[in-house]
Amino acid sequence: MSSKKANNVVKYNKWGYIFLAPFVIVYVVFQLIPLVWTIWNSFFENYRSGLVQIGPTFIGLENYITLFTNGDLITYTQNTIIMWLLGFVPQIIVSLLLGAWFSDTRLRLKFSGFFKTVIYLPNLIMASAFSMLFFTLFSDGGPINSILVQMGVFEEAYSFLSHTGSARGLIALMNFLMWFGNTTILLMAGMMGIDTSLFEAAEVDGATSTEVFFQITLPLLKPILIYVMITSLIGGLQMFDVPQILTNGTGDPMRSTMTLIMYLNKHLFSKNYGMAGALSVLLFIITGALSLLVYKFSDNKES
Amino acid sequence: MKKKVLSALLAATMVAGMLTGCGGGNTASSSAPAPSSEASKTESSAAESTAPATEEGTVLNIYCWNEEFKSRLVEHYPGYEEIDGTTGKIGDVTVKYTIVPSDDNAYQNNLDSTLLKQADAAADDKIDIFLVEADYALKYVDTEYAMAVNDLGVTEADVANQYQYTKDVVTDGNGNLKGVSWQGCPGALFYNREIAKAVWGTDDAAEIQKKVATWDDFKKAAAELEAKGYYVTSSVMDTYRTYSNNVTSKWVVDGKINIDPNIEKWAQDAKEMYDAGYTNAYELWSDDWSKGFYPEGKVFCYFGPAWFINFSMAADKEGSVGYNGGWGITEGPQGFYWGGTWICAATGTDNQTLVKDIMLQMTCNEELMTGIVKANDDFVNNKPAMEAMAADASYSSKILGGVNPLPLYVASADSIDLSNMSIYDQACNEEFQNAMKNYFEGNATYEQALELFYKAVQEKHPELTY
Repeated sequence: MSSKKANNVVKYNKWGYIFLAPFVIVYVVFQLIPLVWTIWNSFFENYRSGLVQIGPTFIGLENYITLFTNGDLITYTQNTIIMWLLGFVPQIIVSLLLGAWFSDTRLRLKFSGFFKTVIYLPNLIMASAFSMLFFTLFSDGGPINSILVQMGVFEEAYSFLSHTGSARGLIALMNFLMWFGNTTILLMAGMMGIDTSLFEAAEVDGATSTEVFFQITLPLLKPILIYVMITSLIGGLQMFDVPQILTNGTGDPMRSTMTLIMYLNKHLFSKNYGMAGALSVLLFIITGALSLLVYKFSDNKES
Repeated sequence: MKKKVLSALLAATMVAGMLTGCGGGNTASSSAPAPSSEASKTESSAAESTAPATEEGTVLNIYCWNEEFKSRLVEHYPGYEEIDGTTGKIGDVTVKYTIVPSDDNAYQNNLDSTLLKQADAAADDKIDIFLVEADYALKYVDTEYAMAVNDLGVTEADVANQYQYTKDVVTDGNGNLKGVSWQGCPGALFYNREIAKAVWGTDDAAEIQKKVATWDDFKKAAAELEAKGYYVTSSVMDTYRTYSNNVTSKWVVDGKINIDPNIEKWAQDAKEMYDAGYTNAYELWSDDWSKGFYPEGKVFCYFGPAWFINFSMAADKEGSVGYNGGWGITEGPQGFYWGGTWICAATGTDNQTLVKDIMLQMTCNEELMTGIVKANDDFVNNKPAMEAMAADASYSSKILGGVNPLPLYVASADSIDLSNMSIYDQACNEEFQNAMKNYFEGNATYEQALELFYKAVQEKHPELTY
């Protein structure tokens, strides 16, 4: 009897593996093999100049040495982080505020469904179309410049894309506009999941709205906040389409808007799988480390 | 027991679904090319066994980046039938165009990967003709992928009437001619007649030429234009080709990136003019740059060849300067050329006779080429035809206010010298302009911008040093 039971357990384990198989197979084929292949490629000199294929020749860590010694890596990482922060900080503040308003039962906002849809809409536009639109809006002869000159703000057209601050600002603004709706929806879902009896208790105790927000909403929202933070950070490190289209791939002025992925894309012009591979591996390590850090940070606080 | 059956059933359906999914994909992908390769094998063996001259491929694949060549074939090639946007028919042969825009190097990326697979491709999928531009012609001409036109049966006598520079562009290191072009692209300076009258009281070409005869004169003229509120050119980039076509050394010498004195002169002259407010630093083809096509843009002149004024300057739009015949034409400070399209035959083509005939008809047939000039205002690559047209008083350009621009192009075409071309031209020309934009706009010193240029070129050609 007992032996039969043990057999059953083993058999069910087998089914477990079978149910897992689809995921594992997809993961191995589309994630693990490319990952290992990328790491493998990063040790080779392998590119095309014109129609002439050069390599692959094993060169060890030379690609990594080049990446670290020419100083570009640090600059582009900085650019990426700065532009991400410029977009993320206002994004999280605005989203928290909107989320609090939308989920506040006492406020009873009218047409909240309509507003929720509207703030989510920018995310439905393709990023490339969005940056084409901004490129035209903010060009020297574009409508924004015409309005500002007519209002007397500027004497003559201001080249937004020729100044580091305004170029980075525009990219951050676009990322903000595209993603704050999404973040609002996520945070709102988190806020609505909080037990209303807590709010009622606070109300009975005479807490103000501000106190309720900082003492109850925010601490209980932390898991969602951390999730938003991590996804946004990974998304931010992979920032590509908006600055690429806006600056026509140059990262002007003086590559101050060049992100890591744009740099990666530069290497793909010459099919330089060695350098591109090395850069991808570094990006993988940075992303992994940052994610781990945020997880760890959150765990410590909770305990 | 019931649970077990159920779970087995579920697992079975899942696995089955996966397998059919994969299997379906496999069969689809493996079966799709199979018939075509078999068909082509039988075809090519048939072609080899019977007379190869008559039994050629049934599909002529043409790789290009816009509609220009197609429209020339449709309008002028004898016996050409248009079927739809990307196919046509010449006799029994289907002509298939693969049009990939040049933006972001997409055309070359596609062409490269297809050419690299050319040897293994089925006969009907092989590229037969591909088009190239001067900036990157050598990239293909210097390889085995482009066929020498001699091997096709196009002789030197056939191409004798073509302008020498159009042959130099597509001649490889061993002296083999590997492509032909139906057009020549000598450039000229187009000036806005209204502005010329407003500033100097005349729009006579000879008078204006005196104002822009050298770069120093050009700068002086620019100052006078600026005083009256006009820009001399729309962007500093407008003058780039004029300098870069008159260099005395190549972009790359012995694997080292080399800045020609004339290129540096462009950077310094352009910076001077930009700082003085004579012009802007817009990218070519951008909306801001195109403003000068209309009177409101207040742009005195553009540099360009025949195709530029006819197709790019909004001459067909009401209210533009060209629409009202408001452009004048003169030589400008230096001669130059810009653009041009060359027809190359891809090695391994299965339509040699047809490719040869297209080359001969489109680039050597004087009558047909004269037709192109009359119908499309293009400058064709045929000396006698162009000289005859230049002398023909009945031919004139409406955009240029009734002037016959051909004598000027003809004179310019003979003086074009292309001995300093290299396979790196496209990367270097593009990146130099991109990098120098930062210098002009004050975001970098000349040295910093140069550093950026080296870096950008190295990304495209990692084997180069500086």
